[in-house]
Amino acid sequence: MKELRLMKGNEAMAEAMIRAGYDGYFGYPITPQSEVMEYLQAERPMERTGMVVLQAESEVASINMLYGGAGSGKNVVTSSSSPGISLMQEGLSYIAGAELPCLVINVQRGGPGLGDIQPAQADYFQAVKGGGHGDYKLIVIAPASVQESSDFVKLALELSNKYRNPVMILTDGAIGQMMEKVELFPQQPRWTIEEIREKKPWATFGKPADGERRIITSLDLLPEKLEAHNTHLQEKYRTIEKNEVRYEEIMCEDAEYIFVAYGLASRICQKTIQLLREKGIKVGIIRPITLYPFPKDILKSYASKVNGFFVVEMNAGQMVEDVQLAVECKEKVSFYGRTGGVLPTPEEVMEAFEKSFK
Amino acid sequence: MYTELIKPENLVYTKTKVMTDKELSYCPGCGHGTAHRIIMEVIEEMGIQGETIGVAPVGCSVLAYEFMNIDVQQAAHGRAPALATAIKRLWPEKYVFTYQGDGDLAAIGTAETIHACNRGENIVIVFINNGIYGMTGGQMAPTTLPNMKSSTSPYGRDETEMGHPLKMTELVANLPGVYYVTRQAVHKPSHVRKAKKAIRKAFENTAKKTGVSFVEIVSNCNSGWKMRPTDANQWMEDNMFPYYPLGDIKVDGLFVNK
Repeated sequence: MKELRLMKGNEAMAEAMIRAGYDGYFGYPITPQSEVMEYLQAERPMERTGMVVLQAESEVASINMLYGGAGSGKNVVTSSSSPGISLMQEGLSYIAGAELPCLVINVQRGGPGLGDIQPAQADYFQAVKGGGHGDYKLIVIAPASVQESSDFVKLALELSNKYRNPVMILTDGAIGQMMEKVELFPQQPRWTIEEIREKKPWATFGKPADGERRIITSLDLLPEKLEAHNTHLQEKYRTIEKNEVRYEEIMCEDAEYIFVAYGLASRICQKTIQLLREKGIKVGIIRPITLYPFPKDILKSYASKVNGFFVVEMNAGQMVEDVQLAVECKEKVSFYGRTGGVLPTPEEVMEAFEKSFK
Repeated sequence: MYTELIKPENLVYTKTKVMTDKELSYCPGCGHGTAHRIIMEVIEEMGIQGETIGVAPVGCSVLAYEFMNIDVQQAAHGRAPALATAIKRLWPEKYVFTYQGDGDLAAIGTAETIHACNRGENIVIVFINNGIYGMTGGQMAPTTLPNMKSSTSPYGRDETEMGHPLKMTELVANLPGVYYVTRQAVHKPSHVRKAKKAIRKAFENTAKKTGVSFVEIVSNCNSGWKMRPTDANQWMEDNMFPYYPLGDIKVDGLFVNK
């Protein structure tokens, strides 16, 4: 029987952490995502599944708790919002360098600096281009609904372990706070010690009596060895780019113009294309679900078919650069965005589109 | 003619197998090697090589995992107590310890140290205090003594401008989450024996889930202090020990009356 609930995005992600079989959550309160830890603590996950939940002293500590927990073979997760995610960048760089699977959720708010607490998408560059120091990539997934917020928490556990790579769910304050119907997936068991031993032989949970000690580090003082490690990381990222691109095409079959938007912006654009189609203008949406790897090929394939691309973001123009790169400037790419936590209305997006492509 | 002496019954000491055969990267005269060795000996004597996870810092002992024959994670600068917190909470039956220098534990990692201690995590924290940043070339540390010269306090630590040496060990002793606090040294055999006993007590405490056991080892840095090893040890006795007095501060959760 389907298990349907009306939940906030933040609550759905918290419930999904317990159900997906995560072993530990470590976090620090920040608006607009504090419901995640509040929900978890109220649910007593230790009693439900044996999951550890700990309120850390800072985001710096939370991400390093993830580093320790993931290094010891456990499936661990944290959530925060933009300023807190900035504090985590050092730890994320270490985690990516040491190739540890874990999940970091960014419920974005307006920036820069302390900014405000309204929804925004201004952390796109930070999420998909690296964020911390060194050449590394996170797998970045962007939900556009409460349902996807729940489902992607489970997907992240699979993807992070498949590639030994940190995954980020890049969402925003609106999806985190809004309530929608969500179908919860059934409870998955946490990994047993035998499973950890088998699937994560590199993890540090005590040297095996008959084997070598395990070391988790991102340090390699020999440049040639570090370069070899970097080459390995880049090869892994190419594999991820080949296998894990996810996107949704909305009314693109007959489209003359393609909107490109993710997360909440894609929801706003759905109304906009409806308004435009009522006027007889054939428009569709390509919604990137994975922001890294970015759905370059599908965008490129439309470049010769349509009259233009219109990128809508809740920032000053970040993903638009990746769209331009994807279509190799063969087609006009225009942009509309609002910043600081202001949500564009479907009507103003339509006006901006009409101005760009009159 | 010596070969006839090499018999099992004549063996009085051997290197613990919980140390690797890798040559130590520390300067001759440095206390790190001895501190590593006594921790590894305790792990061997307690039979917990397969049950122990170490967390290495950033600093001279960043490569501790090269020498310790156990599972080790190398933390970001100052963050070892956060890693150890998660490992211990997720693997409550294991032994988890951090090994940190003064810059790592008492400057950049102050928040992680204080809060791991305040939560009463069931871990061992080994704190090597030599009053200087060794690896980066002898800069002023939070524990650098008043008027002590370093590369970033070339005319001596002026307390009015550069702050006072931080007594982290006394500070954490005040937290109810901390069960055992002691300050030791490893520059002489008698001190090594005492320090090893303290390490053993600390590891045994964590199995009882009584909170943090915190062992400071006041050590030397002849390279950073720019002294010969023997002079460095003498200078440590004359200057470091008066400021950082050796001995137990808190045992079994109770302050030691002196």
